[in-house]
Amino acid sequence: MIFLWAFLVGGAICVVGQFLMDVMKLTPAHTMSTLVVAGAILGGFELYDPLIKIAGAGASVPITSFGNALVHGALQEAQKDGLVGVLTGIFEVTSAGISAAIVFGFLGALVFRPRG
Amino acid sequence: MKQGHQTWLFPSKPVILSSAAIGGPLEAQGPLADDFDTLHGDMLLGQSSWEKAEKTLLEECCDKAIEKAGLTKEQIEYFLCGDLMNQIVSSSFTARTLQTPFLGLFGACSTSMEGLALASLIVDSQSADYVLTATSSHNSSAEKQYRYPTEYGAQKPPTAQWTATASGAAVVGREGTGLRVTSATIGRVVDMGLTDPFNMGAAMAPAAFHTIESHFRDLQISPAAYDLVVTGDLGRVGHSILSEMFQQHQIEIPPERYRDCGMMIYGENPNVWSGGSGCGCCASVTYGHLLHRMKRGEWKRILVVATGALLSPLTFQQNESIPCIAHAVSIEAESEEGVR
Repeated sequence: MIFLWAFLVGGAICVVGQFLMDVMKLTPAHTMSTLVVAGAILGGFELYDPLIKIAGAGASVPITSFGNALVHGALQEAQKDGLVGVLTGIFEVTSAGISAAIVFGFLGALVFRPRG
Repeated sequence: MKQGHQTWLFPSKPVILSSAAIGGPLEAQGPLADDFDTLHGDMLLGQSSWEKAEKTLLEECCDKAIEKAGLTKEQIEYFLCGDLMNQIVSSSFTARTLQTPFLGLFGACSTSMEGLALASLIVDSQSADYVLTATSSHNSSAEKQYRYPTEYGAQKPPTAQWTATASGAAVVGREGTGLRVTSATIGRVVDMGLTDPFNMGAAMAPAAFHTIESHFRDLQISPAAYDLVVTGDLGRVGHSILSEMFQQHQIEIPPERYRDCGMMIYGENPNVWSGGSGCGCCASVTYGHLLHRMKRGEWKRILVVATGALLSPLTFQQNESIPCIAHAVSIEAESEEGVR
C-alpha cells in the first residue's frame, strides 16, 4: 500500500512542479525554490510529516522534503537555544544532504571537465 | 534600385558563384544530410570550447565557399557576416582569419538573407566583383548564451526549437554562371507582444508575413511568381500560424509551395520539438539543399524569407516582449532572358 501512496504523493508533487513550469512559466530554478518554500511552510504547520508517514519516499525524496527538514532543524534548536538556535539549527538536519552535495561535487569536478 | 517601400531590385542580377553548407552531428542524421559539404560528428569540432567550435565551423564554411567559387581569399573584396554570439564574435574572429574588409551584421536568424541582400546590393551597385556572405550557429554555444548551461538539462515545451549546429556561406559575384539574386525585401521590426522565448515561431510569424506581403506589394507580383516560398526557422508552430495568416489575408500560396527550413532540416525528429532554428538553419538549408534543387532544375524561382527574433537573455529577464524581423531574397535559376 505504501508503494501506491508513494507513487501518488510523489507524483502529485511532480505534477505541481510541472504545472509551475508549463502553466505559470516559472524557470526551473524558481520552480525548485517554490517547492522548497512550500515544503518549509507545510513543515512549519506540521503538515509534512504526516505525508512522509503515509507516502514514505514519495514525500521524503522530492525537494519539498528539504524545506521541511530546514524548518524542523530550526525549530528543534530554537527550543534548546532560543533565537540563535533558529540560525544554527537550519542546517542541523540537512547537513548530510548539503555536505554530500559539496563532497560529490568536488569529486565529480576532479574527474570530469564541464565544458558548457 | 529601390522599388516600392522597402524592396531592392537588382537589374544586373548578381550571381551566386558558389555556396557551402557545413553541419554537425544532428544535422548529419537529418533528411538533408546529403546536401551538406561537410558534416561533423563531434560537437566540439576538436576545439576546447563551444565558441571556438562555432568559429571553426564558420571558418571552414567560408573556406569551402571560396574554394568552390575557384577563387582565393585575396580576391574576396568584402565579407559580410553575422551570428548569434554576443558581440558577433564568431564572425569577427573569422574575419580576423580571412583578412578581408569586413562588415559585421546582426539580424539573429535572419542574418543569412540580410547578408545575401547586402552582398547582392554591393555587387549590383558595382562596388565589388566578389563578396562573401556567411553566418553560423552552434547548438551548445547558443544554449549556453540564451538559455541554460549545456549540462543543466532543463525541460523545454513542445513549442521550443533546436538551434542548428550549422554554417552557410555564399560568394556573390558580378559575372559568371549560377543562380541569380533578383530582388530583396528588407523587413521592419514587428513585435506582437509575445514574451515566451520558447515559442519563437509564433513571435516571428507576423514579421515573416509582413515582409512577404510587402515583397508582393512592392514588386506588384502574385505569389504564383514563385515556385517556392520558404521561411527561415518558424518551425511547425510558426509555419501553421503563417499558413493561417496567408489564408486570412487572401495571399494564395498553395501548401506544397510554402516550406520552412526549420521543419526541413531535421525532418520528423521529435527531439527537436517544433523544429530547427539559429542563423545556421536557414543558411545551411538555403545554401545547401535549396540551391542544389534549383540547380537540378526542380524550381526556377524561389523566395527565401529568413526570420529572426531580436531578443537577448537580459531583455527577456526584464519582461520585454520579443521584437522580430524577416528579410526576403528572391533567387532565380538562370534563364535565357536572364543572361545579360
